Amino acid sequence: MTVLENTPSAVLVLAIGVLFATGVYLLLERPLTRVLLGFVLIGNGVNLMLLVAGGRSGASPIVGNAPEGVRMSDPLAQAMVLTSIVITLALTAFVLAMAYRSWQLHGHDEVADDVEDRRVARHAALNAPAFQDADDTESDLTLDEEAADLYDDVDDSDDEALRARAAERADGRADTEERP
Amino acid sequence: MNAWSVETLVPLPVMLPLFAAGLTLALHRYARVQRIISVTALAAALAASVGLLFAADAGPIVVEIGSWAVPVGIDLVADRLSAVMLTVSGVMLLCVLLYSLGQGVPEGEDEPGTTRGDMIPVAIFHPTFLILAAGVANAFLTGDLFNLYVGFEILLASSAVLLTLGGTAERIRAGSVYIIVTLVSSLLFLTAIALIYGATGTVNMAQLAERLPEIDPTVRTALQLLLLLAFGIKAAIFPLSAWLPDSYPTAPAPVTAVFAGLLTKVGVYSILRTQTLIFPDNPAVDQVLMVLALLTMVIGILGAVAQNDVKRLLSFTLVSHIGYMIFGIALATEAGTAAAIYYVVHHISVQTALFLVVGLVEWRGGSTSLDRLGGLAKLAPGLAVLFFVPALNLAGIPPLSGFLGKVGLLTEGATVGTGLAWVLVVGSVVTSLLTLYAVVKAWNKAFWQAPSEEIESDVPLPRGMVLPTGALVAFGLLLTVAAGPLYGYAERAATASMDGHTYVDAVFPDGAERGQGESVVATDDEGSDAP
Repeated sequence: MTVLENTPSAVLVLAIGVLFATGVYLLLERPLTRVLLGFVLIGNGVNLMLLVAGGRSGASPIVGNAPEGVRMSDPLAQAMVLTSIVITLALTAFVLAMAYRSWQLHGHDEVADDVEDRRVARHAALNAPAFQDADDTESDLTLDEEAADLYDDVDDSDDEALRARAAERADGRADTEERP
Repeated sequence: MNAWSVETLVPLPVMLPLFAAGLTLALHRYARVQRIISVTALAAALAASVGLLFAADAGPIVVEIGSWAVPVGIDLVADRLSAVMLTVSGVMLLCVLLYSLGQGVPEGEDEPGTTRGDMIPVAIFHPTFLILAAGVANAFLTGDLFNLYVGFEILLASSAVLLTLGGTAERIRAGSVYIIVTLVSSLLFLTAIALIYGATGTVNMAQLAERLPEIDPTVRTALQLLLLLAFGIKAAIFPLSAWLPDSYPTAPAPVTAVFAGLLTKVGVYSILRTQTLIFPDNPAVDQVLMVLALLTMVIGILGAVAQNDVKRLLSFTLVSHIGYMIFGIALATEAGTAAAIYYVVHHISVQTALFLVVGLVEWRGGSTSLDRLGGLAKLAPGLAVLFFVPALNLAGIPPLSGFLGKVGLLTEGATVGTGLAWVLVVGSVVTSLLTLYAVVKAWNKAFWQAPSEEIESDVPLPRGMVLPTGALVAFGLLLTVAAGPLYGYAERAATASMDGHTYVDAVFPDGAERGQGESVVATDDEGSDAP
């Protein structure tokens, strides 16, 4: 059986697939270190891809070094892989430093939610209809407001506004109760 | 000036900042020396770019690095498009650098127990900024897809450092999102390069322009879409833009200004280059780009209208106005491309100026929240003028450059005249009006409403910050005054980009032996060959 020169080896292609799949899975995780591992895995997958793109291996790519009739390997693919390895290394170092700093500040390295996402979640919770508010008397907050409070565990600036609203409502209720 | 001396100008915008970065890092103990070196290097790079701007009008200037012949070696190509991008980015980088010098240190969040600037490694700022400049110049100049990737990595790595200067909690949060998005887009770009190399056996752009038409159209479209996906993340086109308004506003004012002005535009430039040079004539993809441009414009500006913080508001207008440039590119006509080029130039200057002004507003009013600011028009009339002019320019009020760019786009949209083009035209006008609404809202709240008592009545604005801002605003006005020649230049740039042979002929002058890759001068300088 003859094999075409440019047919990539099945093992390499499989390896690329596995690296990409595991890498994507890890990229979707929350902790920065896992994201980084995912990045490194996909990075290696891409490097293998560049190698595959350079065709099958042959003699060492130095002009005049290859025996008569033997094809040389593609040196350009190797040069590109080398460059991309160096870049991956630098970025890995940077992300590690950032994960460490995050751990220093918060005790974990999880990527926090977007400010806008938190606001949207907050407003959605505030606007959603309340069906039952069992502990209304306890905290003077409606169920929605408590839910909104729960969603937002980072930014406390709006909390005061919420409490003020709850207090106003409590006052209003007191007023209506007194009137009759 | 003979041909030899013109060619030596080409690598300078990349080399000078890189060398200066090394020097400033070595001399980080001597703040004054560091400043002199940074300013000199960026000014010299700008001078070289202006030289290229005039030289490239005669035709693309090609330099093979280390005398390794293309396509084996890497080439730098300075054509009109590259030169105009280099010049505008050079002006803007220099202004921002001077502004940051006037500001003293990149401001940090005031944390209890630390004084301003205490925690911030200021010495890092200058080298990183210079490397960013080099990366941007490399991306604009390169004629090699892999080298474009390297340019992107240079500027993204340094931008990540700038974004997280000082390592405060908020910046680390924003930086995490930014770096992850960046990494993913880089991986997509590299994957696209690997596939393109596998399909065509080259990463030289000029050679790709010749070889890609020969491969299966389906494969070609797949490659094009993969590249567009990678560039689309960098340029913040709608479904891929969510990271931008979240990460940019947390950085120090000068850093945000550079990012807003430049980084997304590098993505737009790459899209422009690949769409016109490597993958021309693919109407289906142009239709997709049109729809995305519309969504980017409208959704971006609706986000801006909802914001209550000037920095975030401007970040959303930034996303929105990327849509205009994509609209111009997607029209795939010479006039459309010319309008897109002019719009990029206009937008770099105006968006950067606005962010610098917001830095001044923050300095003066102590906040960027529209609820806390007020009465600045009375307290700081000069600042009000500095905000007013670029704000109207952004919204496209005649006769400013934003209006001219939009008129160019709308005219060409109407000329093309397909249903989708008309929808885009209407969308552009609506976006323009909403932009006006957003900036007027910012103006009313920050400058006109009754001054809140928090704002101190006597805070002098450092002249070192005001002058560069003023210079950039004036540069924006210059784009209006010199609109004729500049628009003409953009049209010539577009024509040369669209005709499909000017660029290729410049890289491979002796057509018959194209792509042989034999160096004229034998050299054993191996270091220069690494892509």
